Amino acid sequence: MSSILSVIYLIGSVTFILGLKMLSKPDTARKGNLVAASGMTLAILGTIFLYKPEGQPLHNYGWIFAGLLIGTVIGVMAAKKVKMTAMPEMVSMFNGMGGACAALISIVEFNHLQGSNTSAMAVAMQHVQRAGQMIEQLGTGDGQYIQQRDLLQALFHVDLRGTLLIILLGLIIGSVSFAGSVIAWGKLNGKVKDFSFSGQHIVNLVVLGLIVILAAILLIDVNNTLPLWAHDKTSAPGFNLVFYGLLLLSLVYGVMFVLPIGGADMPVVISLLNSFTGVAAACGGFLYDNPVMLTGGILVGSAGTILTILMCKAMNRSLKNVLIGSFGGSKAGPVGAKDQGQYKEISLADAAVVLAYAHKVMIVPGYGLAVAQAQHVCHELEKLLEDKGVDVKYAIHPVAGRMPGHMNVLLAEADVPYEKLLEMEEANAELPTTDAVLVLGANDVVNPAAKNDATSPIYGMPILEVENAKVVIVNKRSMKPGYAGIENDLFFQPKTSMLFGDAKQVLQQLVAEIKQV
Amino acid sequence: MDQVSVFIQQHIELIYVVILSVFLGIEVISRVPSVLHTPLMSGANAIHGVVIIGAIIVMGKAESGNYLALILGFLAVILGTINVVGGFVVTDRMLEMFKNKKDKK
Repeated sequence: MSSILSVIYLIGSVTFILGLKMLSKPDTARKGNLVAASGMTLAILGTIFLYKPEGQPLHNYGWIFAGLLIGTVIGVMAAKKVKMTAMPEMVSMFNGMGGACAALISIVEFNHLQGSNTSAMAVAMQHVQRAGQMIEQLGTGDGQYIQQRDLLQALFHVDLRGTLLIILLGLIIGSVSFAGSVIAWGKLNGKVKDFSFSGQHIVNLVVLGLIVILAAILLIDVNNTLPLWAHDKTSAPGFNLVFYGLLLLSLVYGVMFVLPIGGADMPVVISLLNSFTGVAAACGGFLYDNPVMLTGGILVGSAGTILTILMCKAMNRSLKNVLIGSFGGSKAGPVGAKDQGQYKEISLADAAVVLAYAHKVMIVPGYGLAVAQAQHVCHELEKLLEDKGVDVKYAIHPVAGRMPGHMNVLLAEADVPYEKLLEMEEANAELPTTDAVLVLGANDVVNPAAKNDATSPIYGMPILEVENAKVVIVNKRSMKPGYAGIENDLFFQPKTSMLFGDAKQVLQQLVAEIKQV
Repeated sequence: MDQVSVFIQQHIELIYVVILSVFLGIEVISRVPSVLHTPLMSGANAIHGVVIIGAIIVMGKAESGNYLALILGFLAVILGTINVVGGFVVTDRMLEMFKNKKDKK
């Protein structure tokens, strides 16, 4: 590696660390992204022009630049055109691409591992001749036999297991991440439905077990099958077969792993797969002794894992729970059957009056708002109420929307001022002095069962305590339960009124009504 | 056991890097407001696109007759680039929105 390239890789690694650090603070986040991006560009250019494996410069520049160009065009177009509400699935797709890239590298390097045999054969023959001469000189006494054996081993023992282990890890993790990300993408945009069958966890474990066994077979076998001196090349096809079987099984596992997990848990899964791809990238770093791949990959691997755990914490669920337990489902029956009493509806005109004459209004946006793309009209309503002297704030539950922070991004897109967005604790402190709460397509995050009902599947999840406000108006499309599949007591409380309809339409009508008040 | 320790010794620098990076990653992320979870995930997503470097190396080393390496390497370069470029652009778009109202304020 040239000395300039070493410096470039060092700079690259530092920009990744700095970038990640800056990304975690609101003020510096955007700059942090640019810092990491420029470090990446530098590292890529440095690799293209300065990387010289075994003293030879890289070739196939035409292919490399064509690939970079195609990838850049597709990447920029996809990233620019995607709607803000479809952001999570876009991130998932990009993540899958990275996983696939890592898996492809492993496939090529695996073939390389075998291909290099023939070219190295000549060198091996020289070794054999030299060893033969040395053994002759040693003679054939009893004690010398051991010496001969050690000598032979020392001469021929090229341990391929370390390299193969890294190739296999890259292959398995990359493929799982790719297949899983594609399924997660499909789930988020509604193309793939939740699918689970009884015993699925056992099947998944069996597949995982098979992956480990096949990898172990390859690792144990590698020094017998691939070493330079192996005469018996007939076992090589089998060796290949096991490798591609491993690839197939990893893809299957990725699909099976994500398929039973519900749509609302996808953010956690994407974050987890994100850290998987990080580890797969780090495998490449090991393979090529490349420090910038290693630091970048591992950094994302560990940061992604922590981010996953933080997200789980925000939902008060353990990672194990997300991955194994399909939330709600079977529990929905008995809980839903409980007699809830009556809910009452409110007309648009009444709702408009309630909001217009309140001193303080808290808006609780949820998944329904994101689906209806109602963030702009929501901001319009907020401005209208502000003009009438109403104090309007937003209460953002950590897992509102489709991803933690997703709601903030959506509202920011609609130009809602940053200081109007309250995090859960702040919002809960203000709710008792709030006159009217407007819940827009949120359900589980305002369900008092999380506090009161120990048998509820969401018991213990921190919620927005909207029932502390004077009046609650809930906009939903229907009385259907939310993602957790449980009824919400809030809707049946005397202070709650329902306002049915699509969030965007309802808000537009509400804006029109308030203008007339 | 011998071989394991030899392997570790041969790669000791990389292993140090791995261990320190793990702790660094945890440290950097631990105190993040939930507002930034989505952009951060997206930014991290772009950073692991560094795997593109591996794809470039594969591509650049491929002999002209080795079609498997050429085709797979080419595909890997495209996919890796989409990951890097798309990831950074999408993150920037998200963060741009936070920035705008800050300026107006």
